[in-house]
Amino acid sequence: MISIDLIQTTAETLMDKAAIEIPEDYLTGLQRAAETEDGDLSSFVLQAMLENYQAAKEDRRAMCGDTGTPRWYVKMGNAAQIEGGPVALEAALRRATANATRAVPLRPNRVHPLWRTDHDNNVGIGAPEIEYGFEPEGDWIDLITVHKGGLFGTDYRMLFPSDGIEGIKRFYLDSLMAFGKRGLACQPAIIGIGLGGCKDTCMVLGKRAACLRVVGDRNPDPKIAALEDEFKDLGNSIGMGAMGFVGKNMVIDCNIEVGYCHTGGMQMSVHAFCLSSRRAVARIWPDGRVEPRTDPDWFTPYQRRDTVEWSAAATEAAE
Amino acid sequence: MSKPREIRLSTTPTPEAIAALRLGDIVYLDGIIYTAREGVYMRALEHKANIPMELPAQSAANFHCSPAAAIRSDGSFDMGAVTATASFRFAKWLPEWMAKTGARLIIGKGGMSSKDYRDYFVPNGAIYLSTVGYGTGALLGRGIEKVEAVHWHEELGLAQAMWVIRCNRMGPFIVASDLDGNCLFERENAKIAANIARVYEGTRPAVLKRYGETDDRSDEVIG
Repeated sequence: MISIDLIQTTAETLMDKAAIEIPEDYLTGLQRAAETEDGDLSSFVLQAMLENYQAAKEDRRAMCGDTGTPRWYVKMGNAAQIEGGPVALEAALRRATANATRAVPLRPNRVHPLWRTDHDNNVGIGAPEIEYGFEPEGDWIDLITVHKGGLFGTDYRMLFPSDGIEGIKRFYLDSLMAFGKRGLACQPAIIGIGLGGCKDTCMVLGKRAACLRVVGDRNPDPKIAALEDEFKDLGNSIGMGAMGFVGKNMVIDCNIEVGYCHTGGMQMSVHAFCLSSRRAVARIWPDGRVEPRTDPDWFTPYQRRDTVEWSAAATEAAE
Repeated sequence: MSKPREIRLSTTPTPEAIAALRLGDIVYLDGIIYTAREGVYMRALEHKANIPMELPAQSAANFHCSPAAAIRSDGSFDMGAVTATASFRFAKWLPEWMAKTGARLIIGKGGMSSKDYRDYFVPNGAIYLSTVGYGTGALLGRGIEKVEAVHWHEELGLAQAMWVIRCNRMGPFIVASDLDGNCLFERENAKIAANIARVYEGTRPAVLKRYGETDDRSDEVIG
């Protein structure tokens, strides 16, 4: 049985870490970008961002004043048991979100869409989002918090098989250009692309591709992996850098995830995970151990399965 | 690669100090700034509430910002990071706000169009300062000497409230407009535009159009 108090305290720690500490994989990617950048203004911006991450860590203050819209990805091994069950789990994550909003402090961003009611704690109707995934083995629970910026850099389009890769490239470039001008997307960023599914699942896939895969990770399908490389280079060849200034770094990495879609369609979504790519992960075990992790490791072979049944043999084949 | 110029500027700047600023200069601010965005604009301009500050005597610097901040139980403030929000959405209120408050430094994310600059920034002797990154929230947070007050937080919530902040070398900010109405972001867009046709080579417009869609890549999503 996994202690509900341990879930709440771990969740609070994760929110603090996500808001303040830039993930190592993204930092390394940005440092590489800063070394190659030769646009005067873009270069100044990247150096300022690197100093900013340092200042955030030293002072224990949020790296960006807009701390996004906090959300939770929860993954459980099939044998995991939560004290109090799923309702207690959700209550603990809502409490952790409210407590951390005050304690870090985070910006209380969440308001009612029409009445603008503000609870000053990032909790409300449907907020924070809590999404679930399961794995066939294990008695642990993974808590992943993501504080993604909430306004710009994301788009969806219904494409068709006749649009082909050329159409996918066009929409990708359009999205980078539209939100890259004036730096609305807060680039250079990890770009996530969702292909297929239905409209809602296409958005979910793309967002998870941006937020739940680390820089340098590649899709296990070699042809998709090659597209990820190609799209990263394509984005960086626009001639646009940080804040929409002349430069050569828009994309720190490009991650593509796919889902089976309607036979007539080829849905596509694009998501930019901003300069403050806030995510933090920990695995909690029933014996009370809390294992800090850096990789959300969301997209396992099980998550990407395409068969009816799942078996250990299928796991080995997929790996 | 040339290094941008660095300048310290008062939040109640003289007309001469503003006139001396050039696009792309890096600015650090001293004095009092206040946050005002849609909540404050609507309350002050549409609902005609009295602005709880002496403007522009106390400050001519309007920050489009919601801080990551909390009010402690003893009434004191905990302000960690401050970052701007995108300003183009506030064009509707800014002309009246400037006339009423004498704001001469508008600080935010992404700037406004050069038309906005020509129409009401230049006539008011005002320029636009952009935050950097975006999101050097922690660096800007270090420039907070003191949170002087927060107004209207009960009416508007902490994010939309009017925060009054005393700054000491708060920055960096980038000068994004000048008194001739030039726009830094449009200047950069124009430079980048030269390469766009080559990057798009081999791509194809979608078979299903979006209603009202344009294929003009010099277009912008703001304005």
